[in-house]
Amino acid sequence: MIDVLVKMLSYPFLVRALIVGIMVSLCASLLGASLVLKRYSMIGDGLSHVGFAALAVAYAMNLAPLSVSIPVCVIAAFFLLQIKESSRIKGDAATALLCSGALAIGVMTISLTTGMNTDVCNYMFGSILAMSQSDVILSAWLCIAVLILYILFYHRIFGVTFDENFAQATGTRTQFYNMVIAFLTAITVVLGMRMMGTLLISSLIVFPALTAMRVCRQFLTTILLSAVLAVLSFLIGITISYLKSVPTGACIVVVDILLFLLFAGAEKVRN
Amino acid sequence: MSLLTCQNVAFAYEGITVLSGIDFEVHEGEYLCIVGENGAGKSTLLKGILGLKKPSAGQILQGDGLKPDEIGYLPQQTAAQKDFPASVTEVVESGRLNALGMKPFYSRMDKMDAEEKMELLGITDLKHHCYRDLSGGQQQRVLLARALCATRKLLLLDEPVTGLDPVMTAELYRVIRRLHEEQKITVIMVSHDIQGAVAQADHILHLGSTQLFYGRKDAYVSSEIGQRFTGGAA
Repeated sequence: MIDVLVKMLSYPFLVRALIVGIMVSLCASLLGASLVLKRYSMIGDGLSHVGFAALAVAYAMNLAPLSVSIPVCVIAAFFLLQIKESSRIKGDAATALLCSGALAIGVMTISLTTGMNTDVCNYMFGSILAMSQSDVILSAWLCIAVLILYILFYHRIFGVTFDENFAQATGTRTQFYNMVIAFLTAITVVLGMRMMGTLLISSLIVFPALTAMRVCRQFLTTILLSAVLAVLSFLIGITISYLKSVPTGACIVVVDILLFLLFAGAEKVRN
Repeated sequence: MSLLTCQNVAFAYEGITVLSGIDFEVHEGEYLCIVGENGAGKSTLLKGILGLKKPSAGQILQGDGLKPDEIGYLPQQTAAQKDFPASVTEVVESGRLNALGMKPFYSRMDKMDAEEKMELLGITDLKHHCYRDLSGGQQQRVLLARALCATRKLLLLDEPVTGLDPVMTAELYRVIRRLHEEQKITVIMVSHDIQGAVAQADHILHLGSTQLFYGRKDAYVSSEIGQRFTGGAA
């Protein structure tokens, strides 16, 4: 076990992947707890597909991938979180439209320009080779921002998540917190999707929170447990991925599924 | 001295007026019940009073000493809350959010206030329980305790007895009445339970896309519209 870890840490690309992965998993699980409870579980899927389209366009136009996909995803996140019950097109339908629409645009752009190559494939299914030094720095900033938000503004986050109407009526700036959550989620998704893949990134957002909700009866413990589970499943997943040479994203999700089943079983037994 | 004044207020969704000609005053220590059929504009008016929705005409004035963050609100429960992992204490304490100011965490005073309100509503023994495991009546008491943490003056209740059985309904009305009488809290309640509401309140505002009646309860009961809606029961 130890020699496997030492061996893994001797590859610079794996060290970068580990750093980015731990930080992105942590951020995704914290943000995910709020998003899942607010019924925005599909936001990760919507954003990753938009991110895919943005990356494809950035490639075709020879632009830096992150500087295109981050602003586009932030705009998409604001749009998705704005959709309320009263909208003409409901949140789930809007997300579905956005997902397939963005994917189609991405695929069209790729086919008309570079054609399907390994890079594109990596964006669909993820690759741990994709992380660069700038990703490490960006994910560190992201992690700091998310931790500040969830520590210093914890009670306000709870208020906005549990009952937005009440929080707003009693003077909390709910719109501001929604915007901040949307903004940070967009960056988390863009950073994570190149490692996890477009198709799997939303699992980082929904699985830890849902697994923790099986056994936790408090918001605080739910958030803490989902953060621990997220980091744990990432570490186990990436190790399996390294040992068996299988895609990282899929490994992590399989670990997530097993953890979820385990906790769901524990919930059944307790009841 | 009125706590809240609505002057010829109207509300519109996407340019279509759904409620107009609303003109009433709520004074300190009153118990106003807003009644009307589904779609009469009750919840819209409540959102207007809370400042969640801007009126398309007229104005809503908040009277002396009532700051926007001194309103206690009991909203209708949302579907999302049904599986929300939160302890009763966490929910009640969130009523103190408007008193946080620049502080990141609750002070000892905030926590004591939450404890006091839980005691007042008889839910102290539930404080470590999970909100989603409680019965409908217990959940309403928790949300009422939270609303009380946010206010000393004005309590706005949106359909508080929806989904409760008759026993729990009577119990909740009793709790609200006690708060109104003992704590001198002004109450504005929106309800479709006309009989129950009329029995509780001292003023009635009857809506039906416009203001059909506003006045004291006795006047409402003997009015034509009151007779029709209460079936002469109250």
